[in-house]
Amino acid sequence: MKVLVPVKRVVDYNVKIRVKADQTGVETANVKMSMNPFDEIAVEQAVRMKEAGQADEVIAVSIGPQQSQETIRTALAMGADRGILVQHDGEIQPLAVAKLLKAIVDAEGPGIVLCGKQAIDDDANQTAQMLSALLGWSQATFVSKLEIGDGEATATREVDGGLETIKVKLPAVCSVDLRLNEPRYASLPNIMKAKKKPIDMKTPADFGVDPTPRLTTVKVVEPPPRQAGVKVADVAELVSKLRNEAKVIS
Amino acid sequence: MSNLVIAEHDGAEIKPHTLNTIAAAQAAGGDIHVAVIGSGCQAAADAAAKIAGVSKVLMVDSAEYENQMAEAVAPAIVKLADGYSTIFAPANTFGKNVMPRVAALMDIQQLSEVSAVLGEKTYERPIYAGNAIATVKSSEPTDIVTVRMTSFEPVAAEGGSASIETVSGTGAQDLSSFVGQSVVSSDRPELTSAKIVISGGRGMQNGENFGMLEKVADKLGAAVGASRAAVDAGFVPNDYQVGQTGKVVAPDLYIAVGISGAIQHLAGMKDSKVIVAINKDDEAPIFQVADYGLVADLFDAVPALEKELG
Ligand SMILES: Cc1cc2nc3c(=O)[nH]c(=O)nc-3n(C[C@H](O)[C@H](O)[C@H](O)COP(=O)(O)OP(=O)(O)OC[C@H]3O[C@@H](n4cnc5c(N)ncnc54)[C@H](O)[C@@H]3O)c2cc1C
Ligand SMILES: Nc1ncnc2c1ncn2[C@@H]1O[C@H](COP(=O)(O)O)[C@@H](O)[C@H]1O
Repeated sequence: MKVLVPVKRVVDYNVKIRVKADQTGVETANVKMSMNPFDEIAVEQAVRMKEAGQADEVIAVSIGPQQSQETIRTALAMGADRGILVQHDGEIQPLAVAKLLKAIVDAEGPGIVLCGKQAIDDDANQTAQMLSALLGWSQATFVSKLEIGDGEATATREVDGGLETIKVKLPAVCSVDLRLNEPRYASLPNIMKAKKKPIDMKTPADFGVDPTPRLTTVKVVEPPPRQAGVKVADVAELVSKLRNEAKVIS
Repeated sequence: MSNLVIAEHDGAEIKPHTLNTIAAAQAAGGDIHVAVIGSGCQAAADAAAKIAGVSKVLMVDSAEYENQMAEAVAPAIVKLADGYSTIFAPANTFGKNVMPRVAALMDIQQLSEVSAVLGEKTYERPIYAGNAIATVKSSEPTDIVTVRMTSFEPVAAEGGSASIETVSGTGAQDLSSFVGQSVVSSDRPELTSAKIVISGGRGMQNGENFGMLEKVADKLGAAVGASRAAVDAGFVPNDYQVGQTGKVVAPDLYIAVGISGAIQHLAGMKDSKVIVAINKDDEAPIFQVADYGLVADLFDAVPALEKELG
């Protein structure tokens, strides 16, 4: 079966982000961009499935500006076979992303879609669930273990109370969590090879999807700063301050 | 104008996060109805009817909702949705799993993890691990909102006397099924609602050493949490993780032990009232958000803390 992996280009998780002075958003010019960390985990899982003979082709899809090609190349260097870039400049929200992914799923017919659980820029945590709904497929979110069986998959999910195991019929949409695997680093030969792998170029119009945001950003501001604190000399001073100054313990 | 709140429950009781979610609905103004969707959930519906400020409970009690599979619950919410201006659910793993599915079925763009309801379809929500706060305005006919629980004080669980309306189910689904769960029960308070939280990081070195934190927790009536590094290393289970992609907590007192203070960790705890950091590296970023910082080896400081608390 084919595995489809949506990969998003986001501000690298190590970058200390800055809010623009005009409050229209977050500074992304001249900032290091990377593949969303959860999507690396999804690519890794897809490539492992291929190596285990459970998948025969891994397709990486990104929706975003021209430079999202780099994100797709990263997936190709990790072992994905080909890429699809739906080129779109400016903000695009999860419902529109899910509609584009649905159109690609309809065209490609994958047996499973592996999304990240959440994009670390919008922190939305929506796309996988929305795609699953639009397709009328099963969903397994926040997956930390995935076993592919015959026409079904068994998924362990990280939930608030601990872990939950479910069975989902294939085809399914999964969203992967941090502890599913540890993504590999692409080797130099594989980075070279990735340059020759094909990337299909598309636009939202090719799929008849309107990418206009439904939610308007009124403004973006920095969170209120915390007041600088003090260093205490020892445990006795700490406990005394917590009792008498902060009054948070008795 | 009326609001629908999707209750999180176990059939017998309403889970506390529902009370924070109702508080967010109150901020929106208008009537508040609560949906209790489950299998054998009459007791939970009765409990929902007693919550202060709730005027009606919609109970959908049918076998297909056992285990709250998203593929079953989402159509039930869609069935109830008609006429509501806003539908709210908690932004925990229950709400995050189900609500985007509901939104897509209704062709609506959801608002995730809303931290303030400003009225006129306008909301605040943290983005980029809480390093920026966005104000967003919706143009949808019905707003679908998941609520950051720590941003809203829970309403009272008692004091209301809502009517209960029964709605029929939406039918069985065969897309997914529940196999089992491993949930560790503890006598300590639940992490996201505890007044005091003590968390350990990679500096704890192993799972056994978390015993030191548990002893302090028991003296303070605190919950125990952890950084991602401590969970990844297998010191403690996944449900301990505090942060951008774990749980968000905002207790009166948060004690970070052997945690460096990566932005992804701060995202889950920096709204705590008082933050204490215990770390042997005086340059650890956690000290930038700590009200009280103690530069010390945790293996000396934590046992001393336990003793000092008497
Ligand atoms: C996509 C993504 C999501 C993430 N989500 C989360 C999240 O939700 N939550 C989260 O916590 N992290 C998250 N992280 C990870 C985060 O970036 C950090 O790697 C992690 O928080 C580090 O954990 P730590 O502070 O325990 O470990 P470290 O950074 O290794 O810090 C250990 C600290 O312990 C101190 N120490 C060591 N020994 C002692 C001693 N004997 N006495 C006193 N102090 C000592 C050290 O000085 C150091 O400061 C995420 C990362 C990514 C990429
Ligand atoms: N623009 C995009 N291009 C490709 N994949 C995306 C895009 N946006 C979201 N996704 C996928 O959906 C997941 C969840 O994103 P979100 O719902 O925005 O938190 C990501 O981890 C990706 O797998």
